[in-house]
Amino acid sequence: MAREKKVKVPQKKGSWILTLIFSVISIAYIYPLLLVLINSFKKKAFISRLPFALPNAKTFVGWENYTNGLTKINFFDSFANSLIITVLSVILILLCTSMCAWFICRVRTKLTRAVYYLCLFSMVVPFQMVMFTLSKTADYLKLSTPFTIPIVYLGFGAGLAVFMFCGYMKSCPIEIEESAMVDGCTPLRTFFSIVLPILQPTYVTTAILETMWIWNDYLLPYLVLNLKKYKTIPIAIQYLKGGYGSVDMGAMMAMLVLSILPIIFLYLFLQKYIIKGMVAGAVKG
Amino acid sequence: MEKSMRKYWPIFVLPTMLAFLIGFLIPFIMGIYLSFCNFTTVTDAQFVGLANYIRIFTDPSSNFLHSLWLTSLFTVVNVVLINVFGFVLALLLVRGFRGTNLFRTVFFMPNLIGGIVLGWIWNLLLTGILDKFGRTLVYSEAYGFWGLTVLMLWQQAGYMMIIYIAGLQSIPDDLIEAASIDGATPLQTLFKIKIPMVMPSITICTFLTLTNSFKLFDQNLALLSAESSGKLKLLALDIYETFYGRNGWEGAGQAKAVVFTIIVALIAMVQMRLTNRKEVQQ
Repeated sequence: MAREKKVKVPQKKGSWILTLIFSVISIAYIYPLLLVLINSFKKKAFISRLPFALPNAKTFVGWENYTNGLTKINFFDSFANSLIITVLSVILILLCTSMCAWFICRVRTKLTRAVYYLCLFSMVVPFQMVMFTLSKTADYLKLSTPFTIPIVYLGFGAGLAVFMFCGYMKSCPIEIEESAMVDGCTPLRTFFSIVLPILQPTYVTTAILETMWIWNDYLLPYLVLNLKKYKTIPIAIQYLKGGYGSVDMGAMMAMLVLSILPIIFLYLFLQKYIIKGMVAGAVKG
Repeated sequence: MEKSMRKYWPIFVLPTMLAFLIGFLIPFIMGIYLSFCNFTTVTDAQFVGLANYIRIFTDPSSNFLHSLWLTSLFTVVNVVLINVFGFVLALLLVRGFRGTNLFRTVFFMPNLIGGIVLGWIWNLLLTGILDKFGRTLVYSEAYGFWGLTVLMLWQQAGYMMIIYIAGLQSIPDDLIEAASIDGATPLQTLFKIKIPMVMPSITICTFLTLTNSFKLFDQNLALLSAESSGKLKLLALDIYETFYGRNGWEGAGQAKAVVFTIIVALIAMVQMRLTNRKEVQQ
């Protein structure tokens, strides 16, 4: 990537007008985020009354909303849960589905074909279809902790991942693998020393797609996790809305800022991969 | 090679298949069965035939057809707006002027933020604006409808823009040059060359926005968090609230979910047909 040369585009006449227009649109685009940031420093009573005013001496509260919110929903616990669930699930999904995909692409029987089509079908089914029965099954099998919910994610997310890996594998030459096996590699060794390195770009793409999904997912963990002990960030945010529709807007603003910051931070560093991954995912999905 | 691999299936396929059974197949089959039952938990299910299906289509308090209609309308409006806006952004950004990379980064960013967080961000902004007119987001369904539309436009346009940029950049330069030498106006170039050439991208983006809008849940839940009779409930939220919010309606909720799944599956089938045909043509 580093060698990608920066082509100096000849600046057309009047292109500065476009730059100007787009600068204005961009500021309008990030305005909702700025608004949340500004309001996170205001007294909660003033947030719903004067959301567009800048904080002044009367309304400024410093970090109070942040400390308040952090204790109210145990934000760091939720952050840790989200992190554990996302990392474990993505690793599990990548490892298991790539192995599965290799097998069903190379061993062509009626059964493996059936598995492939089932995976395709599962990509289509909306979560509401299985929400109740899935949560009961997970409950029955005691899968309601951050360390066991990855199994549920592997099950429900297998479709997309198998599809992505199979799509790439079809274009890979089978001869390399065959010659490795002829030379005496076991299928396991062939997979880990030959296939896995070849699949690397698909690993990155799939990892990005699955991370985006699992990190932001709300309903599945909400129904599967034991909520008394474990919450993820989206669940914790939604919990700030009390039982009778009363929302502590101060704490809400502060927690929104804290949940957006890591994403933006990561995005600035991994932008190229994230955009590429999401485009590849869209084209295939 | 196949032969020596075959006996390794417990290592390669079994873990995924077990999880797949737990996380998808068993719940799916149970879900279909339960849609024909009266139940409050899995164990007390009583078979009632098609009663649940009849109920969701005929009971006046079921709300199913109403929310199906609203969701379809919402989907159409969103598909058009998001794609037009995304395409225009892409057209302008491929011209290459100072700052295009930065603008691309900004427009794409909202995609990375989760639906719940997005919903609350826009809740603040839109509630603040509507407050000046003495209204709320749940005042009537129209307010929720357009509120969600603005949110979705903001979130998804950047994603579509990126896909369109990739499509536009793959058009060979000589094609456009030839057209301009032949005296084509910019408008003619757009409609006779650029749009036909990015047709595959248009198909992808259309279906992406179509399914995203049709299955929308998180944003609906968080943006319209207050309870009111005027609250907009798209299908996914309506199913959820039928299921968990109304006693005695579990079976009906499950039946709604089955119908919902069938519609989504039909859309996906049409999509596969269309994309396959396109590939053959090229």
